[in-house]
Amino acid sequence: MDAYLVAILTTAAVYVILALALNIQFGLTGLMNFGVVGFYGVGAYTSGIMTETLGQPILLGMLAAIVVGGLAGGLVSLLSIRLSGDFLAIVTLGFAETMRLAFNNEDWLTRGPRGFLIMTRPVIDGLGRGATAWFILGVFVLAAIIVFVVLNRLAGSPFGRVLRAIREDDLVPATLGKNVLAYRLQAFVLGSAAMALAGSLYAHYVQTITPDNFTTQVAVLVWMSLIVGGAGNMKGAVVGALVVTAIYEGTRFLAPLMEFLTPTQVSALRFIIIGTLLIVVVRYRPEGLLPERIAPRSRPDPVPAAG
Amino acid sequence: MKPVRIEVDGLTKKLGGVAVVNNVSFQVDAGQIMGLIGPNGAGKTTMFNLISGVLRPDAGKLRVNGRDVTGLPPYKLARHGIVRSFQLSRELDRMSVLDNVLLAAADHPGEHMANALFRPFAVRRAEAKLTEKAREMLALVALTPHEAKPAGTLSGGQKKLLELARALMAGADTILLDEIAAGVAPHLVEEIIEIVQKLNRDLGKTFLIIEHNVGFIRALTSRVVVMAAGELLAEGSFDHVSRNPAVIDSYLGQAA
Ligand SMILES: Nc1ncnc2c1ncn2[C@@H]1O[C@H](COP(=O)(O)OP(=O)(O)O)[C@@H](O)[C@H]1O
Ligand SMILES: [Mg+2]
Repeated sequence: MDAYLVAILTTAAVYVILALALNIQFGLTGLMNFGVVGFYGVGAYTSGIMTETLGQPILLGMLAAIVVGGLAGGLVSLLSIRLSGDFLAIVTLGFAETMRLAFNNEDWLTRGPRGFLIMTRPVIDGLGRGATAWFILGVFVLAAIIVFVVLNRLAGSPFGRVLRAIREDDLVPATLGKNVLAYRLQAFVLGSAAMALAGSLYAHYVQTITPDNFTTQVAVLVWMSLIVGGAGNMKGAVVGALVVTAIYEGTRFLAPLMEFLTPTQVSALRFIIIGTLLIVVVRYRPEGLLPERIAPRSRPDPVPAAG
Repeated sequence: MKPVRIEVDGLTKKLGGVAVVNNVSFQVDAGQIMGLIGPNGAGKTTMFNLISGVLRPDAGKLRVNGRDVTGLPPYKLARHGIVRSFQLSRELDRMSVLDNVLLAAADHPGEHMANALFRPFAVRRAEAKLTEKAREMLALVALTPHEAKPAGTLSGGQKKLLELARALMAGADTILLDEIAAGVAPHLVEEIIEIVQKLNRDLGKTFLIIEHNVGFIRALTSRVVVMAAGELLAEGSFDHVSRNPAVIDSYLGQAA
């Protein structure tokens, strides 16, 4: 039971990072990234290739994942030049599918459907089984905290205010002198890099990655996390990811209780439960569990009049 | 002779196959308050869209301070010192009134990602200073009590005032106001007239103003250009053009 809890929390940390990353893209800037899983997968494979194929230390693997994820984000941005609306949604969807096919078919690099074996783990030597699991959880939570601190600081800054303005009506910041395209690009690259970091962590945790790990299902969970938690609010993204992962992972318990259902049916049932939660939240709290704050964040008091 | 701030030189824009602005030329001198008047559908707002870079002209040239800026995107025109308000106010609904104004600050160090991440104290200091300035702008347009509200909850007239506060906050040397007084309470219209005069007199700001309110135009502008059906109809002082038969016919006749 203890091990099970640690496993759920470890997975949750990965989803927290993904939800935070999507929050800077969609929640703050309004960028429709339907290809979350593509950047996640790119990070996972990049990191695996660095540590296993090239024999580099794990920190370099993570760094490479972040850089390649960011570059992929930049490339996708430039492909959908203005980074706006439906066009971006379609390009990102295409990107994720292309990546999945690449993972599947570029055998020489990814070992294809047989799976890519990753021996390197984010642990120190000499720990027991239980301690290792806790250590990995600690590393993941630390990573999630760093991502949270960075993105939360940006969200609350004047930089974040420009992103929100772009989300609301991009013509306004544009006519006030803000280079909207450059801001969209930065938000998208930043989010993509964080998604790739999540992929890297995941890869070194599960130790075998196959193209099947990178299907739309992941993206759906991340989107649900953000909508349930509260798009535009970094704390909301964290809460949403925790709630959705807890339900999704927690419902694994259903399988032994419902032996009359096939595993596929149980898996569908888990999505039905999360989907129901989504409907309830959207119906009764359309802004999510923790809605975005509208009142100014920093409200320095007026300077008292002299004399 | 005063330097020319904006030079509109044969600008033409077709929308839906119709020349909504057709070969129009005029200029706005630095430090002038100029009116742009004409009946609904004359192409005045489209002219603002051309001058602010929101639309690219099909023909003609736009020069600001003598530099050719034809076809530049809006953010670059803003950096040439031109800022505009919108006829249908475009407040950022889900942001506070204060944030709407703060967004307009030019050169805010905190709008750069690196500063926002690594220089939080410098950013906070700049933000505090600019917040003070933004509050002054809000006080000018009597929106102080509303600063923490989402801008979407303001009334129509208040939204126009917010547009004005934002344009002032941007600190541009040339301000384009598109029917800023429409739907605003009369005592605030008087207030707007005073603000514009003060900015023009004390800070030398240049204004180009679209307005149907004759009193407003007469009180503020030294010169007006009249547009009708996409064409330039007349140009001169308001009293001068208001005696022009073509202007009376197409515009003032209906207003009176
Ligand atoms: N995007 C557009 N597509 C087609 N026609 C337009 C568009 N925008 C404005 N128009 C037309 O151009 C003309 C001028 O509009 P506008 O510049 O808003 O006039 P004004 O501000 O003087 O009232 C109107 O007849 C309007 O219907
Ligand atoms: Mg108009």
